[in-house]
Order: sequence, then structure tokens, then C-alpha cells
Amino acid sequence: MKTTKAAAYPYVLWLILFTAIPMLIVFYYAFTNEAGSFTLMNFKDMADYSIVFFNSFRLAIISTLICLVLGYPMAYAMSKLGRRGRTAAMIMIMVPMWMNFLLRTYAWLTILENNGLLNAFLSAVHMPELHIINTPAAVGIGMVYNYLPFMILPIYNSLEAIDNSLIEAARDMGCSSSQVFTKVVLPLSIPGTVSGIIMVFIPAVSTFVISKILGGGASILIGDLIEMQFLGGTYDANMGAAISLVMMVIITLFTMITNKIDKDNDEGSVLMS
Amino acid sequence: MKKIIYAASCLLLIAAMLICASSCGTKSNDVINVFNWGEYIDSSLIPEFEKETGIHVNYSTAPTCEEMYAKIRNGGVNYDIVVPSDYMVSRMIEEGMLEKIDFDNVPNFKYVDESFRNPEYDPENEYSVPYQWGTVGVVYNKDIVDENESDIGSWDLLWNQKYSKQILMFDNSRDAIGIALKKMGKSYNVTSEDDIRAAAQLLIDEKPLVQAYVQDQIFDKIEGEEAAIAPCYAGDYFLMCEELGEGSEEKLGFFTPEEGSNLYVDAMCIPAGSQNKEGAEKFINFICDPKNMAVNTEYIYYSTAESAARDLLPDGMKHSSVMYPSGNELNQFETFTNLPVNCRRLYDKLWIKIMSA
Repeated sequence: MKTTKAAAYPYVLWLILFTAIPMLIVFYYAFTNEAGSFTLMNFKDMADYSIVFFNSFRLAIISTLICLVLGYPMAYAMSKLGRRGRTAAMIMIMVPMWMNFLLRTYAWLTILENNGLLNAFLSAVHMPELHIINTPAAVGIGMVYNYLPFMILPIYNSLEAIDNSLIEAARDMGCSSSQVFTKVVLPLSIPGTVSGIIMVFIPAVSTFVISKILGGGASILIGDLIEMQFLGGTYDANMGAAISLVMMVIITLFTMITNKIDKDNDEGSVLMS
Repeated sequence: MKKIIYAASCLLLIAAMLICASSCGTKSNDVINVFNWGEYIDSSLIPEFEKETGIHVNYSTAPTCEEMYAKIRNGGVNYDIVVPSDYMVSRMIEEGMLEKIDFDNVPNFKYVDESFRNPEYDPENEYSVPYQWGTVGVVYNKDIVDENESDIGSWDLLWNQKYSKQILMFDNSRDAIGIALKKMGKSYNVTSEDDIRAAAQLLIDEKPLVQAYVQDQIFDKIEGEEAAIAPCYAGDYFLMCEELGEGSEEKLGFFTPEEGSNLYVDAMCIPAGSQNKEGAEKFINFICDPKNMAVNTEYIYYSTAESAARDLLPDGMKHSSVMYPSGNELNQFETFTNLPVNCRRLYDKLWIKIMSA
């Protein structure tokens, strides 16, 4: 026991150096002004940017929902495959993630551009062209594409872990297929679904590269806003830290709420109902 | 026992980091750290400098002026040469972030043309030596933009309804709001809040017509005919024409708007705290050698501030009126100066307003 504890020391050190100390620095900057004295102005000034927060959250929520709607059935279908099928599906999902994130996003630029592959195809089959690039829709597509695996994999893991005898038992007790799903499979897959939602929502709400490349830079998201505090006309590390802090608080709250849903669900679990 | 081993290895780790940090700090005299933009030097020059002087060059790059500034402001980095643009030079001088250059160590400064000495951003010419300069104009696709279009020759072309969604705009507040100010007939450097707000309103009006706000992608999007009209650096236009080959000038037009436009200078400077100022001065002197300056300019496709270097360029470049506007034309250009901090804040705020409009 003692050795296992000691084995964690290097990581604890890492945690202190690269998580705890930077967090303290963010705290310090968020509550001070350029001269270094205490202030709450950073948070008050943030009200000017509420539209940016609103846009970011809306886009992140929409992307997360789309990922859920696309990802859950995919994960479910995967869990029903044989061993080989599962491996093949897993590889298909993982392979794109081995490629650089920026590269994948630029590839979507080539697809969605006005003279891009999609429109070339549409005009070849005499369909009207679509103007997707440089709209929020393009940013949404980029996010769904990039983050979908983070939705599928945890859901798949929780579905795969379901003991088949539970499903058989439900059937023996006279459950219809849809009842088996709603009463057994769905509740047991909630933990995976919750982690999927968290793992998609958090990067989606703080992305900034995707909006820049696919959105034509025409709509600023929170990530862009934070970047601007450091790389814009004014170097305002204090404001940058304050926005980051607010983001962290919001994300923590979000994670707590989703985990709560998860826990509540545990209490009223399958066997009890 | 195990505990001790782990504690010891932790200590070792810290020690290693400290040693590295301190050894990186006390650089010996034969290394300089150069911080420049990407694709902004002919890479053959670095080994040549190393051979000539025996000084090793650590070369790193940043994508924008602001990023370079942030990196130096954040601290923890050590550079001997940086290449900020004009307005950033004056901001860094104001904030005490630059070291005075000892011009006795830079004899090749004599090649720098008179018109580029004592510039507005460094009036006594104590802190900077011009690296490259250029101008901003408008590039347009002649297949799409009507030849008789009356807006050709004016910034108004970027506001022309007819070319809705074919127009690109710069993606940073200073350049974009600057263009709107010029369209209004104002200076790039006005500090009047009303003028700046009016310029921002012009950009909000323009937004429905704009396909995308970009900087480096202007190249791809104009060449690939994704877009037809964009603000553009003169050197980039020249390069685009070269890349598209024969007859490209029939296809791509370029003009300097009559309302006036921007002339920018990127200058070599030595940041405060440089560990090897002498080496840095040698590097500046090396770049200023007309022979090297010509090699560099030919690679970068911007303009040089040394007539002696310009003479060594290939004919097409040397005589290009796009890259070297003549004396009279030069009057329509204005250089950015550093804006007071309240203006910069206003710019950032308005930019967010434009982007979320």
C-alpha cells in the first residue's frame, strides 16, 4: 500500500507544478488589475461580451445534442456486433483521430468551400449548390465531426459492459424489445452517456480554431475571446484570466449537474424499478 | 526506502529543470536567439551567418506581431532579435521593452535609404533597423469584377453590394477598422472615439457582404477563386501573379485605393534583457549587407529599404511599381503608429461587436 502511494508522488508533483500553481496564477490575475491591486472590474466588464458567451453555449449545446443523436445509435449498433465487427468499427472511429486535428479541420474547408468538393458533386448531379462555409452551420459540422468519437466511445463502453443475463431476464419477465431498451439498456448506459456529453460539450464550448477556419472568423466564440485578450490590440492578461475563470466555474457546474443526474439515476436503478 | 527513492527522484527532476533553466539563461557569447515571423527569412542566410561569425542561431517564429509581444510580455523567454512592425516598435519603446542599438556595431546601416531613417515609430532611430516593408492595396479577380466598375481604385469596392459574399476582409481590428477609417477619409491613427465608432459601424454594414475574415488564407481563396475581392499586401499580390504564371495579370488586378493606404515597416530590434547584444548587432549588420538583404528580399517578396539591395534583385521585382511605388505615389501611404491604451481597448471591444453582429 505504501509503495503504491509513493508511486503517485511524481504525478502529485506534476499536478502541483502544472495544475495547482497555474490555477492560482489565473485566480490572482482574474481578481487584480494591471497595477496588481484587487478589483472586480474584470468581471463587470465581461457583461459586454455576454453575446459571445450566448453564441458559444448555443453552438456547443447544439453540437453536443447532434453528437448524442448520432453517437448513441452508433454505439448501440456497435455493441450488437460480433467481436470482429466491433474491432473494425472501433478502428474506423479511431483512425481519423490519429491525424492532426488542424489537418482534419482544413479538410472540411476543402469539402465545404463554395468551389469545394461538396458543391462540385452537387453540380455534377444537377442539384442546387449549398453555401455552408463561413456560417455557424459549418462550425457545427466541424465540431460534430471532431468530437463525435468522444461521444461514441464512452457510450459504447457502458453498453458493452451490460451483463447480457440482465437483458435475458427482462425478456423472460415478458418485456418487449422497446421495454428492454427503456427499462434496462438505457438506464445502464446513462453513466457512459453522461461522460460522452461532458467530453463533447467542454471542448466544444471552448473551441476557437474551428470557428476561425470554418466560420470565416465571422463569429467570435469564448475561445476566440480569451485568445483576443492576449493577442488582440490590448494585452489584457487580467481580463483573459477572468474569462477563463468564469468558464471554469461554468464547466464545473455543468459537470456537477450532469454527474448528479447520473447519481440520481443510480439510486433508482434497474433492479429496483 | 522506496519513499526515499521517489523523493530523491522528484528532487532530481526539479534539479534538472533548474539546471536547464539557469543554463538556458546564461548563454555564452556564441549563441543568439532570433524571433521572427514564419516564412520570413531565406533559410540559407542563417548557416551563412553562423559560418561567418561563429555565432550559433536559435531561430524561432511567431504567427503575428501580437503573439510575439505576448510571449515577451509573459516573460520566461530570452530573445536577442525580434522583428516587430512599426506600431509595435513604438509600443515596445514606450514600454521599455527594447534595448538601444549601438550603431557603431552596425556599419551596414549606411545602406538604409534616407527615407527609412528616423521613422515616426522610432524618431531618433535608436532602437530599430528596417527589415522589410510593403504596402496594402486591393486585389480583385477581373473575371468577376466588371472592368468598368467605378469603385475600382477605391476602398468602396469592398462595400459594393454587387459582389456580396465574394469579398474578404482582414481578420484583425487594427487593419480592418483602419480600412474603414481610410474609406471615411480619416487617418489610420485617429484617436477620436466618434470616428473609430463610425468606422466600426461601416464594418458592421459591410459584414453581410463579407465571405470571410482572414489573413493568410487570402492567398488560397483568391488563387482558388473562392473569393474575388480582398485587401492584400503588394508583395503577396506579386507572388500570387508569379504562382499563377503567364497572363495572370490579365486575371488578377491590384490597386492602391485613392483614399490612401497603409505602408508598413517590419524592423529588427533587440529586446531588453538580451543576453548577447553584441551578437544581435552582428546579426543586424549581416542582414543589412545589401548582398544578403537582396537574397532575403527575393525570397520574402516584400520590399527592401536599401537601394543598393534593390539593385541586385531580378528585373521583374526591381522595377515593379506595385512593390516600389514612386516618390509621388508614396505620399498616399500612411504608417500605423501606436494607439493609446484606451483606443486599443475600444478597438478590441468594437471588433467583438462587429464579429458578433
